[in-house]
Amino acid sequence: MSALLELTGVSKRFGGIDAVRGVDLRVERGEIIGLIGPNGAGKTTLVNLITGVHRATAGTVRFEGADVTAQRPHEAARRGLARTFQIVQPFPQMTVLENVMAGSLFAGASATPAIAREDAMQHLERVGLGAQAHRPAAILTLPSRKRLELAKSLAMKPRLLLLDEVNAGLNTSEIDGALELIRSIAADGVTIILIEHLMKVVLSLSQRVLVLHQGALIADGPPRAVVDDPRVVEAYLGARFAARFAQHPTEASRA
Amino acid sequence: MASHWRRIGIGLWLLGVAAAPLSGDNYVIKIATFVAFYGALALSWNFIGGYAGYPSFATAAFVGLGSYAGALCQNAGVPMVLSWGLAAGVTAIAAAALGFVVLRLRGHYFAIGSIALVEILSLIASWWSGLTGGGEGLNVTILPGGPVFIARFFLYAMLAIVVLALVATVLVERGRLGFGLRCIAQNEDAAEMVGVPTTLYKVLAFVLSGVFCGAAGAAYASWVAYIAPTDAFSILLTVKVPVMVLLGGPGTVFGPLLGSSALVLLEETVWARFLEFHQAILGAVIVALIFFLPGGLLGLAGRVRKSA
Amino acid sequence: MDVALLVQVVLNGLMLGALYACIAVGFSLVWGVLNIINMLHGSLIVLAGYLTCSLWTEAHIHPFASLIPVGLVIGVGAAVLQFVLINRVVQQPVLTTLTLTFGLDMILYNLMNSVFDATPRRVTLDLGRVTLGEVVLPWDRIAAMLVALALTALLYGILRGSRLGRAIVAVRMDREAASLMGIRVPRIYALTFGLGAFMAGVCGALLSIVYPITTNATGQLLGKAFIVCVVGGLGTVPGALVGGLALGVTESLGSHWFGPQAAALLGFALMLALLVVRPTGLLGRKGYE
Repeated sequence: MSALLELTGVSKRFGGIDAVRGVDLRVERGEIIGLIGPNGAGKTTLVNLITGVHRATAGTVRFEGADVTAQRPHEAARRGLARTFQIVQPFPQMTVLENVMAGSLFAGASATPAIAREDAMQHLERVGLGAQAHRPAAILTLPSRKRLELAKSLAMKPRLLLLDEVNAGLNTSEIDGALELIRSIAADGVTIILIEHLMKVVLSLSQRVLVLHQGALIADGPPRAVVDDPRVVEAYLGARFAARFAQHPTEASRA
Repeated sequence: MASHWRRIGIGLWLLGVAAAPLSGDNYVIKIATFVAFYGALALSWNFIGGYAGYPSFATAAFVGLGSYAGALCQNAGVPMVLSWGLAAGVTAIAAAALGFVVLRLRGHYFAIGSIALVEILSLIASWWSGLTGGGEGLNVTILPGGPVFIARFFLYAMLAIVVLALVATVLVERGRLGFGLRCIAQNEDAAEMVGVPTTLYKVLAFVLSGVFCGAAGAAYASWVAYIAPTDAFSILLTVKVPVMVLLGGPGTVFGPLLGSSALVLLEETVWARFLEFHQAILGAVIVALIFFLPGGLLGLAGRVRKSA
Repeated sequence: MDVALLVQVVLNGLMLGALYACIAVGFSLVWGVLNIINMLHGSLIVLAGYLTCSLWTEAHIHPFASLIPVGLVIGVGAAVLQFVLINRVVQQPVLTTLTLTFGLDMILYNLMNSVFDATPRRVTLDLGRVTLGEVVLPWDRIAAMLVALALTALLYGILRGSRLGRAIVAVRMDREAASLMGIRVPRIYALTFGLGAFMAGVCGALLSIVYPITTNATGQLLGKAFIVCVVGGLGTVPGALVGGLALGVTESLGSHWFGPQAAALLGFALMLALLVVRPTGLLGRKGYE
C-alpha cells in the first residue's frame, strides 16, 4: 500500500533563490511528525508545495498514491489536506460558526449549509469555542483565533493535517490545552505534521522529526536522535557552538 | 434584516411596479419600466459586486452586447422573446469567456479590466458597421399593437426578467454558491484554502451578472426600437448600476431593488426640474451616499432598529 | 512601405506619446501612492485647457506663461479637496474611492459644461513647422512635446530628490512605517493628490495648444491615462513615460494602417492583453499593488 504522502525530489525556486531543494519524504497513515528548522529554512514553503499554494519547480508530490503536484489549493482541501496558517486568516465579517461552516461545506462532507451548521457547531464545542459561535470572527483574541483555525481545519475532514505554528504566541497553560487537543485529533486517526519552533511541543508529540535547513532535509528520525544530531545543532546554532556542544553535550543542553 | 420584512418589501415593490398601468398614465408606465430595467441590472451586478465583492464595471458591456445580439436576431426574423433568450445566452457565453480573462485580476486591476470590456465592445460596435450599422446605430423592428399595448407589454417583460433575477438571487444566497462567494469577498486566499473553487465561483457570479443584463438589454432594444454604440455601451450606466446597489445595500436580496428604484425616481424628479444640473445632482447624491450612508438604505434601517 | 511616411507616423506617435506620458504620470502617482483611481483626472485636464484658452482669448496671456499658474490653481484646489473630503475614505475599498471620485467628476463635468459649454476650443499659435526631407513637424507640437517631457522629468526629480518626494515614496512603500517615522500621512496624501492634479493641469494647458479642447474628451483622456498606467506599470514616472510613448506610437501606427477608430481599439486591446499577461506593466515591480 502506498504512503499517505510521498514527496520525491521536490524543489522550489523563487527567482534565483532555492527555497526548497530535493526533498524526499514519506508520511505513513497515523503518524505524528514534527517539522523543524531555523527561520527561513523553507518550512512554510514546503507546506505550500504540499497544499497546492505553490507548484514545485521539480519533483512530484503524491497523496494516497495520486500525483497531486499540480493541484490547486481547493483541490487539496477537498482531498483531505487541511492546514492552519502561521498568520491566522479568518473571514472577518462572518461569525465564528460561519467560518467553520465554510470548511465543512466546501471541503468536508456537508451537502447543504444547514448540515454544515450542525457539523460546525460540534467542532466548535470540541475546541472550546462553543460559547463564541455567534460572535464575529474579527473580535476573537489570538488564542481563540488559533482554535478557530483548528476547528475550521477539523471541519474539513482532513486525512492529513498540517499545523503551521499553531502554538506560537500562546502561554504555557494554553499550550497544554492545545497539546491535549492535538493528541485527541491524532487519536481519531488523522495524520499530523507539526511545524513548530517550540521543542517542548515537538518532543512530547512527535513520533518522528524532520529537520529542514536551507531548503534541504538534513535529518529524519526519532525525536531524541534528531535533537542530538550534530548537523541539526549546527544548523540551529552555527558551527562554533556546535563544536562546544559536541564536547559537553549535557551541559549545553541544560543551558 | 428580518426575512419577513424582506419578503414584504419585495412583494410591495413587485406589486407597485406591476400596478403602474392602473394609473392610466403612459409616463408612469414608462418610469415603472425603467425601474424594472434598472432593478434587473442592479440585481445582476449584485452577484459579482455584492456577493463576490469584485468591483465590476462591466454592466454596460453586458447590456450593450445583449441589446445588439437581440436586435440582430430580431432583425434576422427570430421571434422577439426568443431573440431575448438568445441574447441572454450569447451574453452568458461572452461573460464566461471574458470572466476567465479579467477575473484573474483583483482590486483596481479588475475594475479597469471590466471598464475596458465596455470600451472595447463599444469600439467594435462602431467599427464593424457592416453588422451593427456603426456609429449611426441600428433600427429594431417595432412591435405591432399600438403604443398602449407596447408600453404594458414591455413593463411586464422587464418585470418578468426581474422576477427571474430575484429567483436566481434567492437560490444563490441560500446555497453553496452564495456562501462561497461571501467567503471570496472577505478573503479570497482563505476561501481557496477551505476548498472553495474560487475561479469557478467567480466565473459563475460573472455569468449570472451578465445573463440578466443581456436579456434586459435585448428587451430594452426592442422597446426603444433603436440602438447606437454610445447608448448601448454607456459608461454612465456602468457606474450608475453599482451606485444603485451601494445605495440600497450590497450583498442583499432587496437592497438592489430598493436602491435602483430610489435612484430612478430621484433622477426623474430631478431631471424634470433641473435639466441642466442633472449630472451634478446625481454626483452630489453619490458623494453624500459615500459619507452618510455607507451601508446603504438597508443598513440605515438596521441602524434605526438597533437604536430604537 | 514608404520610409519617410513611416518615420513621419512614428514621430507623430512619439509627440503624441510624450503628451500621453504627461497625462498619465499624475494619474499614476495618485493611484500608486493613494491607491485611488482618480476619475476626476480627465476633467481636470479639460478644465486646465479651458482656463488656458480663456486666458489666451480674453487676456492674451501666452499658454507657456499661464502653464504653471494654471497648473498650480488646479493642484491647490485638488489638494484641498483631498484634505477635506477624500482623505476621510481613503482607506476604504476600491469601489468606494472610485465611486466617490466619479461622483465628484460628475459635478465638475456638469459645472464645466454649464459655465463653458461643450464647443471645442483651441489656442492657435502658428509657430510654423520644421521640414526634414518629406517629414513635416509643426513647431507647436514639438514645443508641447518638449515641455511635456521636461515637466515629467521635473516630477521625477521631485520624487527622487526632494524631501517631499522622499516622503511620498516612503508613504507609498509602507504607510504605517512612514507614519511611525513622523511623516504626516494625510498631509502627504493631500500633497500627492495636488501634485497629480498639477500635472493634469499643465497637460491640459499643453493639449490646448495642439488639439481642440472639449468636455466630451474627458472620458477619452481618462481612458488614455488608464492604458498608459497599465501598459507602463503603476506608480513610477519611467513606467508612465514608457507606457505613454508605447501607446502613442501604437495608436499612430494603428491609425495609419487601420483608421482612427481601430487605433483606439488597439490601445484598449493592448491594455487588456497586458493586464492578463503582465499585470505589473512593462516596468512594474512584482508584489506591489
